[in-house]
Amino acid sequence: MADFEIPVLNEIPVVPAPKPGATAHLKSFPAAKQHQEPLGYPGELVDNWQTKAIEVMGELLGKYRSLPVFLDSCVKCGSCADKCHYFLGTGDPKNMPVARQDLFRSVYRKHFTPAGKLLGDLVGAREMTRELLDDWYNYFHQCSQCRRCSVFCPYGIDTAEISMAAREIMDRIGLGQKYCNEIIGKVYSVGNNLGLPLKALNNTLEGLEEDIEEDTGHAIKFPVDVHGAEVLLVTPSADFFAEPHIDGLIGYGKVFHQAGISWTLSSKATEAANFAMFIGSYENMVKISRRIRDAAIELGVKRIVFGECGHAWRVAYSFLNTLAGPWDFLDPRYPVPQHICEFSNDLIKRGAVRLDKSANDHMTLTFHDSCNVARGSRMGNFEGGQLVIPRELIKASCGKFVDMHPDTIGEKSFCCGGGGGLLTDDLMELRVKGAQPRMEALKQVVQNDGVTHMASICAICKAQFTKVLPYYGMEMGMIVSVHQLVSNAILLGSND
Amino acid sequence: MAAYTYNGKNIDADEEGYLLNINEWNEDLAGQIAKDEGVAMTSEHWEVVNFLREYYSEYQIAPAVRVLTKAIGKKMGADKGNNKYLYELFPYGPAKQACKIAGLPKPTGCV
Repeated sequence: MADFEIPVLNEIPVVPAPKPGATAHLKSFPAAKQHQEPLGYPGELVDNWQTKAIEVMGELLGKYRSLPVFLDSCVKCGSCADKCHYFLGTGDPKNMPVARQDLFRSVYRKHFTPAGKLLGDLVGAREMTRELLDDWYNYFHQCSQCRRCSVFCPYGIDTAEISMAAREIMDRIGLGQKYCNEIIGKVYSVGNNLGLPLKALNNTLEGLEEDIEEDTGHAIKFPVDVHGAEVLLVTPSADFFAEPHIDGLIGYGKVFHQAGISWTLSSKATEAANFAMFIGSYENMVKISRRIRDAAIELGVKRIVFGECGHAWRVAYSFLNTLAGPWDFLDPRYPVPQHICEFSNDLIKRGAVRLDKSANDHMTLTFHDSCNVARGSRMGNFEGGQLVIPRELIKASCGKFVDMHPDTIGEKSFCCGGGGGLLTDDLMELRVKGAQPRMEALKQVVQNDGVTHMASICAICKAQFTKVLPYYGMEMGMIVSVHQLVSNAILLGSND
Repeated sequence: MAAYTYNGKNIDADEEGYLLNINEWNEDLAGQIAKDEGVAMTSEHWEVVNFLREYYSEYQIAPAVRVLTKAIGKKMGADKGNNKYLYELFPYGPAKQACKIAGLPKPTGCV
């Protein structure tokens, strides 16, 4: 099945002995000229790349106050060393968060600190050599920017921000990653990550409407470009394409229908994802976010709701106002934006949407907290809502729910292994190995509590688990969308 | 860049073996790509590959997995219109492996 060794799932988490160079061979495909240029980056490594890299580093140090703080404050306590799923799964010591940061920190010391300038390698300062650049490329593309390490760091150092800055520097000197940059290019040229043209979207949605009417007898619609609709739904394009994503989309449609709230998709914003965050590019993040603003204004909607997408929700919840605000033209009675989970959960709690849990009686659920939702955002109007609301929604839809080990959920959740721009086939070995800690926790509840399915609210998590579960002897169909459960349980028709 | 040879001519492909130019595809080449993938082509495989190509020529993208399973169910019988059957035909996944054999670009994004 694989030309690499698949990790054994342990019953007690085991911290591996360091295996230097274990993943030195894992190098994601670099971006070609046609993937770089539409994003405003040089097509290939520029001649004076060393000088340019230091120059961009200086610019980012001035622009992001957090960056120098994170680089200066590490005391090498080691708290983070065994917290990264990629270290746990691969044993490569450069996947310890502190070592990953040090790839960046050593160059920072050399060029931006008096001690580094004077004492050089005595204080861990290094010149930006080609060898080091190659390490940057490999190991900053072995970080899913999940931020689990930052939860355990006594200073709150966020490796994700360092990894984003490193990717921005590499892009600016002409060494980008194909997966992320090709996808961002498709958002610009076609409108979404998938490269799904409007004609194909319409065809898919029409087919979906037919299927649902056949299944349920109810004419559930998936409208596009409806002027004056109450809600604009922005969702990842994977929801129109992949399994189990599309089953979640069906759930959103049923909730809107049953609640009687008019809604629309926009042909201008057929993608919730914003991969520019993964490459640390503020300019591209703005450009991608503006599409949503333009769509909302053009259609005259009152509210914006985001579908199940992890990092999109972080961008939406935490940064959208800065990137594309102000949103003063929307209805001020609702949060901007809203997550589809809080939207549905409110309706269910108010009795506007009713569920019959027995529809999911054949399943025992657990929930995988997606990193960018759990650690990068909030949901609803109370602290921890992003952890509570999806669970409430699952429990309202399904009678049997069991959480995984407390050290592997909530803000300590383990990444699926494919986040942050690493969900690419050329990193399959990393993805399988990085999934080990999550797979161990899942296997435990499967064996001890009879869990049959794991729900998620992130397109990346869903695609990643579909791919890696079989490597660990589990069915790909174990991963489900949260709104798939809602879809199964919802009572359509009169609420009387 | 990976490449295939057909009739003494080099056919360009990307790093993973997806054709760069869909017009250079032909059935013999598909057989060659399938062989590299370890897929032994049967008439069922060809049904899927042909449907993918038809859909692509109209919509400029591979069909959603659901659209594909529905179409295959109609053509080959309801018992075959499911993801599991398609994975039996194309173990690396119908969306990616079948697209590669059909000469279509790889679907990108969170899929």
